[in-house]
Amino acid sequence: MDFQGQIAADDGTEDAGGDSRPHLIVVGNGMAGCRAIEELLERDPRRYRVTIFGAEPHVNYNRIMLSPVLAGEKTFEQIVINDRAWYDDNGIDLITDDPVVAIDRVAKTVTARSGKTARYDKLLIATGSDPFIIPVPGKDLPGVISFRDMKDVDHMLAAADKGGEAVVIGGGLLGLEAAHGLSLRGMKVTVIHLMQTLMERQLDEAASWLLKSALEARGQTILTGADTAEIVGETEVEGVRLKDGRLIPASLVVMAVGIRPSVALARDAGLAVGRAIQVDDHMVTSDADVLAVGECVEHDGQVYGLVAPLWDMCRALADGLVGNPSGYRGSVTSTKLKVSGIDVFSAGDFGGSGESEDIVLRDASRGVYKRVVVKDDRIVGAVLYGDTADGNWYFDLMKKGEDISPVRELLIFGQAFAQGGGQADPKAAVAALSDDAEICGCNGVSKGKVVATIEGGACTLDAVRASCKASASCGSCTGLVEQLLALTLGEDYGGERTVKTLCKCTSFGHADVRREIVAQGMKSIPEVMQQMSWSTPDGCSSCRPALNYYLLCAWPGEYVDDQQSRFVNERMHANIQKDGTYSVVPRMWGGITNPRELRAIADVVEKYDAPMVKVTGGQRLDIFGIKKEDLPAVWADLNAAGMVSGHAYGKSLRTVKTCVGSEWCRFGTQDSTGLGVQLERMSWGSWMPHKFKIAVSGCPRNCAEATIKDFGVVCVDSGYELHVGGNGGIKVRATDLLCKVTTEQQALDYCAAFIQLYREEAFYLERTAPWIERVGLAYIQARIVEDEVGREALTSRFLYSQNFSQDDPWAARAAGAEREQHAHLGEFRPIEAIAAE
Amino acid sequence: MFIGEWIDVGPLSAIPMRGARTVPVAGGEEVALFRTGDNQVFALVNRCPHKNGPLSQGIVHGHAVSCPLHNWRISLATGEALGEDKGCTPTIPVKVDGGRVLLCRSSTLKAAA
Ligand code: SRM
Ligand SMILES: Cc1cc2nc3c(=O)[nH]c(=O)nc-3n(C[C@H](O)[C@H](O)[C@H](O)COP(=O)(O)OP(=O)(O)OC[C@H]3O[C@@H](n4cnc5c(N)ncnc54)[C@H](O)[C@@H]3O)c2cc1C
Ligand code: SF4
Ligand code: FES
Repeated sequence: MDFQGQIAADDGTEDAGGDSRPHLIVVGNGMAGCRAIEELLERDPRRYRVTIFGAEPHVNYNRIMLSPVLAGEKTFEQIVINDRAWYDDNGIDLITDDPVVAIDRVAKTVTARSGKTARYDKLLIATGSDPFIIPVPGKDLPGVISFRDMKDVDHMLAAADKGGEAVVIGGGLLGLEAAHGLSLRGMKVTVIHLMQTLMERQLDEAASWLLKSALEARGQTILTGADTAEIVGETEVEGVRLKDGRLIPASLVVMAVGIRPSVALARDAGLAVGRAIQVDDHMVTSDADVLAVGECVEHDGQVYGLVAPLWDMCRALADGLVGNPSGYRGSVTSTKLKVSGIDVFSAGDFGGSGESEDIVLRDASRGVYKRVVVKDDRIVGAVLYGDTADGNWYFDLMKKGEDISPVRELLIFGQAFAQGGGQADPKAAVAALSDDAEICGCNGVSKGKVVATIEGGACTLDAVRASCKASASCGSCTGLVEQLLALTLGEDYGGERTVKTLCKCTSFGHADVRREIVAQGMKSIPEVMQQMSWSTPDGCSSCRPALNYYLLCAWPGEYVDDQQSRFVNERMHANIQKDGTYSVVPRMWGGITNPRELRAIADVVEKYDAPMVKVTGGQRLDIFGIKKEDLPAVWADLNAAGMVSGHAYGKSLRTVKTCVGSEWCRFGTQDSTGLGVQLERMSWGSWMPHKFKIAVSGCPRNCAEATIKDFGVVCVDSGYELHVGGNGGIKVRATDLLCKVTTEQQALDYCAAFIQLYREEAFYLERTAPWIERVGLAYIQARIVEDEVGREALTSRFLYSQNFSQDDPWAARAAGAEREQHAHLGEFRPIEAIAAE
Repeated sequence: MFIGEWIDVGPLSAIPMRGARTVPVAGGEEVALFRTGDNQVFALVNRCPHKNGPLSQGIVHGHAVSCPLHNWRISLATGEALGEDKGCTPTIPVKVDGGRVLLCRSSTLKAAA
């Protein structure tokens, strides 16, 4: 078919080559454009004469399969959707490699780059999207490419042939698929992602964490929270520099940070364009003879970036074109990541507008995380990691809005279970398992073995764990083992464990969690939640601060504190008051102060109009009524006078109270003030399970009240009595005498060892008094007094961890760190906003 | 939808995940914008129904926030106190578009008045 000849002769007549049918021109030979034609042909193959202009030099191929092509799992030929024969057989004129550059809606013509002009009766714009290129220096260097079409894949394959290092900017669907392909092709790949978690629009934090770990295990480097400053290179790309200064070398940079609907053509033609080309329910634009479909359209305020909505749109479009309008009503989408061996599925927006509820299943041994969000007995969203077999089932239930209450109990186990015997009883599901079904994946224990163990006399969970190891490692099968206990023992089973769990999100107690964090080397909150089968996606206000502390204590210098898992006072480094203002208590070492400090405090009180300043029960000064916005400035002023945070807000060392001691007091036996200052200098800044108070009294008259402190020193002629586990609070408890030592250095070393033992073994929010009552004084003495080697090890672990915690948090904030904690996001000035428009 | 009905108050990336930021309203009450672990954004008047605690300073977990003063749990979607507690904080329509957080003007004025 000699199309070019016809065009050249085209003088605007309707008749081209004797064909009097209305002429439908399609701009864009991509997924939506061609599918629209397929749909049309299915309805009425003769109604329109069809011409398709394509910018690419190819026939229509399946764009989403570019990822498998890059990964070497498919060839280009295998992803072609419509070959030349299809166009020919259906009488479609295909013009490739010649983008349309202008539309004249009055003359009803389109003009291509080559100069060809053609007249249309109906025009369909299906130009898809353009990759978004972040405007950083170096973005135009050779070797910087996007990931959108076959040409990009060819580029990447050529680069991969030479090997070396590649950087992929963007940790979304597209970026991760590019990274996967390039690393399979032998490149060393680094993914740079601006957000804190990968695929943040599709996944929650728990699933993102699993994904990140899996990709890292495959050798990719994943940098989250990383912002690109520039792409460096002389004549071609040599690397990427981040805003924090890091330079990542690369001979190939793939930008996969997002897409922008390709609307330039439509906008130039004067069509209504919002976020994309605006269309009605029949895919008709603001011009009745111009239609649009695919990623380049905006329907009902929505723009899509996935193929499923295109299929729906194309059906409505074809119905309209043949005079049988049905109407498109928007689409619900789901996402899958196409990285072989890593299964990720997500659907819905897990938000919902009302009360929604999470059903979570975690199977650490299989690396599975499933979360289904239910609202009013209907599924509104789902995230699956590791086992996505039921993704489509959930998605289907969600789209249909089906009432899931009959299968609720078993929903999370998947379709097979939920629709299995029809019994909505987890116990029945467990009873139905075969004897060789694996219960404990970590230790390879079958159901038969567990039942035999129980029948052999193990009547409690702990007994089962001790005898056959089931549930003794990651614990994710605890629920199953408990059900087997109940099934096997019937009435005789005493019920669930009596161990107090950390909170409602887990079946583990504090001790289990602390032990496993160290034993399994777990280093982040999402990891603990996954490995220990948390039943909520991101914990609660009880477990998150506890886990944050346990991790911090286990991995000093390595674990990165999670600010969002801290109570307000620790996050703001000040004490919140009932009116939402804060109080500020600077440290006064051992309760000693000087004119300079007092002056600075007085100045702050005046400068910030603090309504009250008060001497505390801990021998310090407390400034009240400071606004969160003013805190950094207040701290800067106090810092300038040499004062640091007093941690009056922290689960940490609070005050070291002292009395005047031998320097002034006629009864003083030792320098209690000096020792107090030394103790405070050694232990300030350390995070602990709860607050920790120290006092040093110069003689047994005990003016510093050392015997109601967590650690108290009472000086005597022959040395220092060390007292522990006192509390002057809700339930007064006098200290126990730990031992007596003879030198100041010993007092310091024993104190460090005691703090470290408390830090490592007490439960979060357990002060030393209840802790000692729980474990017994004898145990503490055995560890600190009798075991010299152990004590020294504790002391050095404490001092090591102090290397990382003795930075004044106020100084960092005053210098601008976490500025957003103290500032408003924006302001809402309705009057001015209106006036500005 | 009228142009100007949605007011841009800042970038989504400036709200920490599982955290919150505040937006003062001229002549009205402060609004708290929350971002959850699954990246949803919610807007509430920054006031606990119990004793007016600043909810923006609480710990965000799931789609709830625990008040920093006495630990009431408040649903971010409905503003209702969860569990045994009774009370409700006004919610405000919010949406994210192109990485920007937009607040509904009229509802903000009404809720925060
Ligand atoms: C400011 C101060 C009262 C004062 O004006 O003197 C104070 C104020 C508060 N105390 Fe205290 N305690 C203060 C000394 C004490 C003392 C005396 C001492 O340290 O020598 C005790 C008894 C000693 C002890 O802890 O064993 C004390 C026992 C408590 C308790 C009960 C602790 C317990 O284990 O039973 C709490 C509640 C808690 O921590 O859960 C508490 C909690 C609080 C809180 C943090 C309540 C809260 O969560 O908001 C108060 C904060 C007010 C603020 O915003 O600053 N405060 N509190 C004292 C600050 C000392 C300092 O310089 O840091
Ligand atoms: C690597 C990759 C993987 C993907 N994976 C998935 C996935 O797993 N699941 C999923 O749902 N979606 C996926 N997508 C998205 C999916 O491919 C798109 O949603 C879909 O292709 C959009 O179809 P479209 O027709 O609107 O645009 P396109 O398929 O891009 O087609 C538009 C065509 O128009 C051409 N064109 C543009 N301007 C002009 C002009 N002026 N004149 C002539 N021609 C023009 C373009 O060259 C292009 O060929 C993926 C995308 C990519 C790039
Ligand atoms: S005694 Fe009670 S009221 Fe007084 S500061 Fe302590 S916690 Fe507050
Ligand atoms: S003010 Fe919020 S719980 Fe009391």
